[in-house]
Amino acid sequence: MSDLVPILISKVNYWVYIALMMIGLWAVIAKNNLVKKIIGMNILQTAVILFFISIGAKYNATIPIIMHGHDAGHHAVNAIDYINPLPHVLMLTAIVVAVATLGVALALVIKVHQKYQTLEEDEILAKMDEQ
Amino acid sequence: MIWQIELLVLAIVLICAVAAITVKDLLGAAILFGAYSFMLCLLWAIMGAVDVAFTEASVGAGVSTVLFVAAVFRTSRRTKD
Repeated sequence: MSDLVPILISKVNYWVYIALMMIGLWAVIAKNNLVKKIIGMNILQTAVILFFISIGAKYNATIPIIMHGHDAGHHAVNAIDYINPLPHVLMLTAIVVAVATLGVALALVIKVHQKYQTLEEDEILAKMDEQ
Repeated sequence: MIWQIELLVLAIVLICAVAAITVKDLLGAAILFGAYSFMLCLLWAIMGAVDVAFTEASVGAGVSTVLFVAAVFRTSRRTKD
């Protein structure tokens, strides 16, 4: 039991990542309102971003900007002193892609509301059956 | 990386995520999603990803919230769940 608490504390980012991903997946599948589904999709995307940033983070390290930049040739650069910047660069692209998918999804929601005058999935299905 | 602040922000992130998909008003859900994005931005800054924090604050929290509010005002605020 005493071994379990440090494991839970040190891996807390990954537990929250799993919880956020399950919340987003549940919202996408089970929610009835289309805007709620889109919010769930965004939570799912940010959970993946949290996972990647947690991979790159490390304790006792600084942000990935090289120190003594003007005379870097006189100092050895140790990678252990810097947070890994590769996941950051990948996740910058993921954030921009997330807002692009959000814009397309909201445009589709507005078109669906113009045609069916509702955002609830069951009412839309009922109106589609009538036509 | 200060783990006390990190735990606090992670707890607020989880609360905002659950609240954003359970509140019975779509405008409230949009605002809670903006708060969620700002808390994530704080989390990236704590974890040393300052470039991701900048992008999340401008694109994730700013533009996403504006798009959500615009879409909600063009459709309806009513929701059943």
